[in-house]
Amino acid sequence: MITFTEVTKRYPGQKRAALSGVSAGIADGEFVFLVGPSGSGKSTFLRLVLREARATSGQVVVDGRDVGRMAGWRVPKLRRGIGTVFQDFRLLPGKSVHENVAFALQVIGRPGREIKRVVPETLERVGLADKSDRLPEELSGGEQQRAALARAVVNKPRILLADEPTGNLDPTTSVGIMKLLDEINRDGTTVVMATHDSTIVDQMRRRVIELSNGELIRDQTQGVYGYQ
Amino acid sequence: MRHALTEVFSGLRRNASMNFAVLVTMWVSLTLFGLGTLVTQQVDLIKGRWYDRIEITLFLCTPATQGDNCTPGEATTDGQRESIRAALESNPEVAEVFYQSQAEVFEEFQQTYADSPVLASMKAEDMQDLFRIKLVNPEEYQVVTAEAIRMPGVQNVQDLRQFLDPLFDWLNWGRWLAVGASGLLLLAAALQIGNSIRMAAHTRRREIGIMRLVGASNTYIMLPFLLESLLVALVGAALACATLAGIQQFAIVEKAKPALQGFTWIGWEHVGIAMVWLVVVAVALSMIPTLVATRRYLKV
Repeated sequence: MITFTEVTKRYPGQKRAALSGVSAGIADGEFVFLVGPSGSGKSTFLRLVLREARATSGQVVVDGRDVGRMAGWRVPKLRRGIGTVFQDFRLLPGKSVHENVAFALQVIGRPGREIKRVVPETLERVGLADKSDRLPEELSGGEQQRAALARAVVNKPRILLADEPTGNLDPTTSVGIMKLLDEINRDGTTVVMATHDSTIVDQMRRRVIELSNGELIRDQTQGVYGYQ
Repeated sequence: MRHALTEVFSGLRRNASMNFAVLVTMWVSLTLFGLGTLVTQQVDLIKGRWYDRIEITLFLCTPATQGDNCTPGEATTDGQRESIRAALESNPEVAEVFYQSQAEVFEEFQQTYADSPVLASMKAEDMQDLFRIKLVNPEEYQVVTAEAIRMPGVQNVQDLRQFLDPLFDWLNWGRWLAVGASGLLLLAAALQIGNSIRMAAHTRRREIGIMRLVGASNTYIMLPFLLESLLVALVGAALACATLAGIQQFAIVEKAKPALQGFTWIGWEHVGIAMVWLVVVAVALSMIPTLVATRRYLKV
């Protein structure tokens, strides 16, 4: 589903490469943790998958397409197949939960009938059916992340990228979010999650890719946060 | 589309004062641009199809004309006409000679003065047949004029440019003033549009970020901004069109035409052409700065 081949990413004006010669393959339906300290290249890894940045050298293939060579006008189509969640939720403050989730479908031109049907189903799935009219500021952190997850998966993407999705949440709430991510993964979506949360990684026992100073230093199936 | 329209109206409300400033600048600049176009057309109309091709016109005698070389009550004879043609063609200062019969002159007169009340009182017989002459060196017109005025059958010699050039000088000044001022104002309008769209895009950067993330196309993201600036530009263009129509009606049709009946004036068809250009400029002026201003928010 995602293949990195000798990928190096150097940002303009930076001496050190954000990613250096990284090669890794992530199969369809896998759940992968990206771990490593701040600045190790986790977010860059996700940005390259999303084609928010292009590799300086090497090849990034997502769902069979070389995203580095992809023409700009094809990028929106690529992103329709990738859901994304962030540490800071990125919900639109003036819109209700329902509107935030529906927005993701409206802006890609989905018909109103479909939106009316799919959004409540998705909110039900993430446990926010009874809070669909609330504004983001009226929700707890965990609920906001659930709303962000609903928005990310409402279009049924094949890949879900999660950049520190539990970074702003307390441990109990984080467990709820991880259960949800696990369910989404069990339904067939490939999940790549960048995290600092060792407890979650250690409990879930999924594949772990560790980055350090932009280099891939560990790729372990059923791994843990640190070496064992 | 509904989302785009909702965004357009909320954008217009949010940037009301800026949009008003853009609208007024557009209105004034497009009106000046339209006036420049009208003056250009007025100049072309006066020049007719001969001005750029000839320098001197030789009017021949008709039974009604009087002049140094005309026999009262008689027109220029065929023999005189041929002699005049031969003399002109053999003159080394003459580059080209065009002859127009009374019927041809009348036909041209009818086209030029199609809207004028003068037309009703004129017949083909009232026209003088003539030779139009292009000179090798237009500065040397006096040599040819002096020789031509003495030829039998020539009623009068007219140097078209001597009459029209001072008028054209004024009109050209007016035109360049209007075009120059409108150019500056249009530039100001373009910058204002660019700034207002940049501000709007900055205000909505969070929303745009989400749109890009979930795979909205650039066209979809840009559409509200394009429609917003297009709407302001089209209202500005409509006001400018109305102003041009007012100028045509009150200044040309009601004032200038009755005062100077022998003069050929621009008509509503010329105002129509100016309006079309004005709308084209308005659309381009709204689209280009918007595309430039939103570019950085749409980079993938």
